[in-house]
Amino acid sequence: MDNDYDALVIGAGVIGCAVARELSRYELKVALLEKESDVCGGASKANSGVLHSGIYSAPKSQKARLCVQGNDLFSKFTQEIGVELQRIGKLVVARSDKEIEELEKLKKVGKENGVLGLKLIDVEEVRRLEPNIRAQCALLVPSAGIVSPYKLTIALAENAWENGVKVFLNSKVTDVSKKENYFDVKNDNLTFRTRWLINSAGLYCDTIANMLGIERHKVYPCRGEYLVLDKSYDHLINHLIYPPPENGSGGLGVHLTPTMEGNILIGPSAEYIDEKDDIRTTKEAMDKLNVQAANFLKQLPKDAYIQSYAGVRCKLIPKGCEASGDFVIEEDEKVEGFINLMGIESPGLSASPAIAQMVVDIIKSRETLKPKDEFKTRRTGRRFGLLDIKGKSKQIETNPKHGHVICRCENVTEKEITDALDNPLGVRTLAGIKYRSRATMGRCQGGFCRARIVQIMEEQYKMGVQDITFRSGDSRLFIGRTKDLRGNDREES
Amino acid sequence: MIEKKVDIAIIGAGPAGLAAAISAKTEGIDNLLIIERDEHLGGILNQCIHEGFGLEIYKEALTGPEYIQRFIDEVKELGIPVMLKSMVMELNDKRELIVSNEEGLHQIEAKAVVLSMGCRERTRGMIRIPGDRPAGIFKAGEAQHFINIRNYMIGKKVVILGSGDIGLIMARRLVLEGAEVPCVVEILPYCSGLIRNRVQCLEDFGIPLLLRHTVVDIEGKERVESVTIAEVDDNWDIIEGTERKIECDTLLLSVGLIPENELSKMAKIAMDEKTGGAIVDENFMTSCPGIFACGNVLLVHDVVDYVTMDAYLAGKNAALYVKDELIKKPKIEIKTGPGIRFMVPQKIALEDVDIYMRVLEPGFDKNIIIMDGQEVLKSKKFKRVAPPEMIKIKLKKNEIEGAKEITVSVE
Ligand SMILES: Cc1cc2nc3c(=O)[nH]c(=O)nc-3n(C[C@H](O)[C@H](O)[C@H](O)COP(=O)(O)OP(=O)(O)OC[C@H]3O[C@@H](n4cnc5c(N)ncnc54)[C@H](O)[C@@H]3O)c2cc1C
Ligand SMILES: Cc1cc2nc3c(=O)[nH]c(=O)nc-3n(C[C@H](O)[C@H](O)[C@H](O)COP(=O)(O)OP(=O)(O)OC[C@H]3O[C@@H](n4cnc5c(N)ncnc54)[C@H](O)[C@@H]3O)c2cc1C
Repeated sequence: MDNDYDALVIGAGVIGCAVARELSRYELKVALLEKESDVCGGASKANSGVLHSGIYSAPKSQKARLCVQGNDLFSKFTQEIGVELQRIGKLVVARSDKEIEELEKLKKVGKENGVLGLKLIDVEEVRRLEPNIRAQCALLVPSAGIVSPYKLTIALAENAWENGVKVFLNSKVTDVSKKENYFDVKNDNLTFRTRWLINSAGLYCDTIANMLGIERHKVYPCRGEYLVLDKSYDHLINHLIYPPPENGSGGLGVHLTPTMEGNILIGPSAEYIDEKDDIRTTKEAMDKLNVQAANFLKQLPKDAYIQSYAGVRCKLIPKGCEASGDFVIEEDEKVEGFINLMGIESPGLSASPAIAQMVVDIIKSRETLKPKDEFKTRRTGRRFGLLDIKGKSKQIETNPKHGHVICRCENVTEKEITDALDNPLGVRTLAGIKYRSRATMGRCQGGFCRARIVQIMEEQYKMGVQDITFRSGDSRLFIGRTKDLRGNDREES
Repeated sequence: MIEKKVDIAIIGAGPAGLAAAISAKTEGIDNLLIIERDEHLGGILNQCIHEGFGLEIYKEALTGPEYIQRFIDEVKELGIPVMLKSMVMELNDKRELIVSNEEGLHQIEAKAVVLSMGCRERTRGMIRIPGDRPAGIFKAGEAQHFINIRNYMIGKKVVILGSGDIGLIMARRLVLEGAEVPCVVEILPYCSGLIRNRVQCLEDFGIPLLLRHTVVDIEGKERVESVTIAEVDDNWDIIEGTERKIECDTLLLSVGLIPENELSKMAKIAMDEKTGGAIVDENFMTSCPGIFACGNVLLVHDVVDYVTMDAYLAGKNAALYVKDELIKKPKIEIKTGPGIRFMVPQKIALEDVDIYMRVLEPGFDKNIIIMDGQEVLKSKKFKRVAPPEMIKIKLKKNEIEGAKEITVSVE
């Protein structure tokens, strides 16, 4: 049967994509189902993009173990899919005596978890490393780093596809039932059959588990908002700058995160919310973030934000609980073949390679997996805008369309836009282009290039006015052609 | 890498760049080059299909394309070389440029450079409007491009935030295209566009202008479904209880323009925080010898005629600089005093010179006062002043003779 699979993964966030890709190393028929119009529509696109080291989680927890393992695996993991990782290191800074005690505790926990290279540094050293930061002393965490979470997730999905995984977008799982030795998985119009079923539906992991009668865990969504600073302020910090975590606050505290593209992120806030999809940003949180950033930075630039966004944490512990809760990663004891991944909140991104291996190991403990003869890896260089003069010159030689810059703030070229439109998953949305090429993500937020991109979609890809959407089908940019509203309709091309 | 040497490189082919090129050519410079990243000459005027351009220079109300076509034709007649679809990526203080186009990367050495890159629009992120992030939020200039150049209709019911000129012009355009504009929302206590635009674009079409109001929330998962507006107090804080939801499918932002000075900053040119452009002298030369600036990259102009006039001078002076005929004279600083938002130039020689400024607040029967220390050099009376309107004052050599540091204020 066509829709018969060895393994089916629900949810194409970083976890689902990493799992699907890990499975694609073996002679298995694998499907990846995602409800949104593109992969990476959930928490994986809206987080800090920090590769954590493993200093926060309680010793012996899954979080601690998988984070430390994940951190170890991350260099190879990102190299294999051509995504850049920078281990810029983290400073957890103390601004009071009480916070200094917290640093000692973190160091102890980190050591116990097996994090290497932790070092307490004094005020002089902090000043040398971070002249713009207020602190009495700091804990230096050299193994921490930064990665673009959406680039990573998209590359994992596309590489999984290149290795034979079938990716189904706009494919929301509405029902799952356990048959004798397989599952029937339904979306709106198809039924899939699979021997192994992996639940990596993020915030909706409880919904999926409930479909199989598993009701042990409930998700408590907790929103985190961010502000994005203009890249001209990239010199303000050199490391990740964190406060010591506050127990029961829902997050690790508002921190400053450099990104590969030069925009510093300020956030996240932490607010328990009622609706899982409520990724609004709020005035209250933005004002607070601004104040909290000023607590770190000796000088906070004014009017320098280019964007705000929010992601939602998938917590298994309700508001007010001191405990932080652990990842659930197991083959369900009652439902054989159902691998349940629940509560994959921070440090889920960092742990993703280790979680993917763990899932494969669960399957391996039950059957022999045969590695494929050939497993494809990817090599993608830096994007045009980040190359030096020589690199840029060479790239234009390979294809003249690299010489035509479309997004002027971020120097994204026509070739990069069409490459994004030619993605193997067949995604043709403005958001898809944005996350793949970076066009529209700079300081003018598409003020000029969005129109040029639409022109390319129209002229080179023959997309009609109704097909030009931001994300899914209902997020249309246009209502039609001019004059349509006045009744004298003209022919739609 | 393709190498090239030119006398004058002009970055940007909007009204500023074209006028600068024409005047430099007329001044006898042949080895010129206009570099433009778009496919066409003309800059932003190509999309400004309403009329009202050229009232000062031609005493005619032309449309943007009609106005700019005169310059495009002249550039062609004069045989001025143009590079289109070519983006200046880098500029340094030695006047070396890196340009990218489909032929490859070009390294261009210029004896003089004219900066005429125009401006970009402020965004939602910059003014931190909270809420959902659906489709249906456009910058006004972006919408103008979509509608006028590409013929895409952006929405049926459009709330406009900001009463700048582009916002006002777009309000009328949208109504003419059959859309509904329930209101234009402005945080300031006055309209920030020109009076003529307020009358012709809003009042004539019965579109309400809500002053001291702003958008405080945007709702809609896929496409905008509504926005919430509220009244603000003098500190721009929301007055509780005044929030009200307006159903609409589109929000247009017309919340200000920012001169595009990334290249100027790369070349380490001294900038003026108030204008957002370079600090220039009466010749439009920046702190970097041989680099000139004009048009909206220097300061945001209200009407294009002034852009053209500045640019003629900038182009001419760039030509004189190349010919080593630009006479070096001692300069004094000229500063903004109370009531003045910004002013250009910021440095002048004690010769006849035009200065341009904008006031901070609207007012009636005001004097613009030019002082040297405590001494009043000149005072000019205006029946009415308003922030949207650029004020131009001619200073005569004899009026400013011997001055040490000039301050301009409004009283
Ligand atoms: C504010 C914030 C900051 C964070 N910062 C960090 C950090 O710096 N470092 C770090 O390591 N971790 C961080 N995390 C955690 C990390 O982002 C998550 O652990 C990780 O992204 C989880 O990935 P996921 O694939 O499980 O979930 P998601 O990315 O949410 O993916 C789940 C996917 O499942 C899909 N789905 C749901 N229901 C269905 C259905 N019925 N049918 C089909 N598809 C479905 C969703 O559409 C979604 O695409 C942060 C998280 C948040 C919220
Ligand atoms: C979006 C928008 C809408 C407007 N609408 C109106 C209106 O409706 N009515 C009105 O009266 N005024 C309007 N204005 C203002 C008015 O048109 C300006 O006063 C005038 O266009 C400024 O001319 P300029 O030559 O300085 O800039 P522009 O006309 O913007 O020209 C600058 C040119 O430089 C090019 N350029 C910039 N950087 C580079 C680079 N690195 N390499 C190569 N080329 C480069 C740009 O592509 C552009 O073509 C608008 C301005 C904007 C930004």
